[in-house]
Amino acid sequence: MRKTDVKLSSLSKKYFMAFAGLFLISFLVVHLGINLFILPITADHELIFADAVHFMSTNPLIKVMEVVLFGGFILHAILGVILQLQNWNARPVGYKVSQKSQVYSPFTRFMIHTGIIIFVFLIIHFMNFYFVKMGWAEPPQGAHIVEGQHDFYNMALNLFSSPFYCILYIVLIMGLGFHLHHAFQSAFQSLGLNHPTYTPVIKVIGTIYSVLVTFGFISIPLYFLFV
Amino acid sequence: MKLTLKIWRQENAKAKGRFETYQLDNISSDCSFLEMLDILNEQLVNDQVKLPVDTISFDHDCREGICGMCSLYINGRPHGPEQGTTVCQLHMRHFKDGDTITIEPWRAGPFPVVKDLMVDRLAFDKIIQAGGFTSVSTGGVPDANAIPIRKEDADLAMDAAACIGCGACVAACKNASAMLFVAAKVSQFALLPQGKIEAKERVHAMVAKMDELGFGNCSNTYACEAECPKNISVENIARMNREYFSQAVTKADRKQNGGGAG
Ligand code: FES
Repeated sequence: MRKTDVKLSSLSKKYFMAFAGLFLISFLVVHLGINLFILPITADHELIFADAVHFMSTNPLIKVMEVVLFGGFILHAILGVILQLQNWNARPVGYKVSQKSQVYSPFTRFMIHTGIIIFVFLIIHFMNFYFVKMGWAEPPQGAHIVEGQHDFYNMALNLFSSPFYCILYIVLIMGLGFHLHHAFQSAFQSLGLNHPTYTPVIKVIGTIYSVLVTFGFISIPLYFLFV
Repeated sequence: MKLTLKIWRQENAKAKGRFETYQLDNISSDCSFLEMLDILNEQLVNDQVKLPVDTISFDHDCREGICGMCSLYINGRPHGPEQGTTVCQLHMRHFKDGDTITIEPWRAGPFPVVKDLMVDRLAFDKIIQAGGFTSVSTGGVPDANAIPIRKEDADLAMDAAACIGCGACVAACKNASAMLFVAAKVSQFALLPQGKIEAKERVHAMVAKMDELGFGNCSNTYACEAECPKNISVENIARMNREYFSQAVTKADRKQNGGGAG
């Protein structure tokens, strides 16, 4: 057996990063789609939101995907940390004048930092929702269990009623947006999908995607802050 | 031109280095960057009373942008401020009178400093030894047109082969990754029929060697492409990623069942 067979090579790690990342990218679209129904965009938005939550928490296929999602997230996070540590180790003595290449943008340079922001956000998110769902934490005021179903709508409302939470939410989601901006095109490149015609298109779609997702999520606390 | 130079000085691989400041007057703007350093060394020789004279070591050979020896990290950029230029092809007219120029060696774990601005790039040779070669028949010179090659592939292979192995990609990368170098070397063979014989092993052997030597990972930042004096494209990295995957899933090792011809 060759050494590369037992230890993941740098390229194999990148494939897993990219696959898990693309899965998380598509998951975010579904999540955002449901979240937007917290806002009064239709007359029965509250009902649609509850239905969607019900579907997401009971459908057997989604249950399977939930395992894939958690697994994918953990894999992505662990590999991300390993890759970053190796990268720091690869240059034990740094430069006096920092690297000036014009391609360095905050998006690419701070992937590990924005990644940690997302991780922190997820911990808060889990404590607020998943812990309640699992019965590890008490549902907040105004949110009751109806027919065994948790009232995620009122749980969210409860959180967004605090301006502090709204601002924290906006800041953390911005971190996610920065992460996504680099991540989108990066995933395609890691999988070897680079083409003179299509890569510029992928980059544009990545920018549009990250801006839309960021502002989509942020629109909810903004609504509760100002409307 | 009047210049202030801040140059990294280090006696040997073990020594602790430091920056020294030097003043230069009367540098012509037509002077090349390496000639400017030659003048500085000359000045050090003339000024120094004590022997032996400790001149500044830096790598160079062809001075015409083809060998890949020159390797200076100037004001935060490998090979200096000009795009698509090796430092030996850089001229002082790209600097201003009174400028302060900071010159550092390539910084990467697998590229230890030998002396001053000179680093050991043997790591690249080891990667090449691991798989950057093709099998050829000995004997008479083969006919150049014996193997037909698609024009586009020949062009792309030539673009990849333009890599001079200077290591600017590693120096420019925030992760000190050698991906662009390895990708260029994998690509130049992957694109041509001559490279097919070792294709199944090549990319895996070279990537394994690169990892083993301690180069960083690629985070698709593309500083390598921006700083490469030969404008090697990151498309090559994507090609290497594809090669790596397809060779891994298509490699059929014939089970060795003993016997032989039978
Ligand atoms: S000295 Fe040969 S490329 Fe610069």
